[in-house]
Amino acid sequence: MTEIELWIVMLLALMVLSAAVMVLLVKNHIAAVAAASVVSLGLALLFVLMRAPDVAMTEAAVGAGLSSLILALALRRLGLWRVDGVKTQVNLIKANGEGHQDA
Amino acid sequence: MMPVLSLELILYTTALGLISIGLAGVVLSRHLFRMVLALVIAEAGANLMLVLAGYRWDAVAPILTTLGEHPPMVDPVPQAMVLTAIVIGVGIQALAVSILIRIRQRYGTLDRSQVAERMDAEIADSAGIPRDVSQESPLGERPLPSLPDSTVEIRGGHS
Repeated sequence: MTEIELWIVMLLALMVLSAAVMVLLVKNHIAAVAAASVVSLGLALLFVLMRAPDVAMTEAAVGAGLSSLILALALRRLGLWRVDGVKTQVNLIKANGEGHQDA
Repeated sequence: MMPVLSLELILYTTALGLISIGLAGVVLSRHLFRMVLALVIAEAGANLMLVLAGYRWDAVAPILTTLGEHPPMVDPVPQAMVLTAIVIGVGIQALAVSILIRIRQRYGTLDRSQVAERMDAEIADSAGIPRDVSQESPLGERPLPSLPDSTVEIRGGHS
């Protein structure tokens, strides 16, 4: 029991920490909000494993749900809601192709 | 016994890592929205730390099922406090986001140094005084002009 619990906790801790680093490093703001939501969700699972089911429920509903909703609506209001669509991909491919031709 | 110890070690490392990543983000980030996100992460780490304060590896969840003899429970008091702290955290987050919206409406940008610059200029403008302190340019001419003679006593006489 403790062995498998240890592995689950280790994986969750790794997920939470890497998502927290992603929040600060990723360029797109929507992706940053999603990474913050992943941090809250992993934290809720950790709370379940730490025998705090009430805190886990609140964290999953309020921390991961309502908080991401507020941040996403604020992104729309602040004019930062930009999805990396087809345009950047085309530009990337084009830039790579030109670089290849130049080289 | 050894894997149990490392379980708590992993959890403490996670909590401290979240707090330090969040604080580093608050200090280092150039965009104000990213600063709010870093604040959310630091707060999540603080919540994990508080729940960890009442954690026992051999205990059950603090739910009373039988009135007779019950096994040892996890301390429910930090859990209740964390329950409150999560909700208050969302309130703080909504307040910060509304302040961000006001800043965006007034100054038109969310870059930290630009907002500070424009705020400084606006304050100096409304007070009717020239801006003598800037974030980028040094204060006054180089080399510095000599101080007036009336402050010689304060500076400890001629050197």
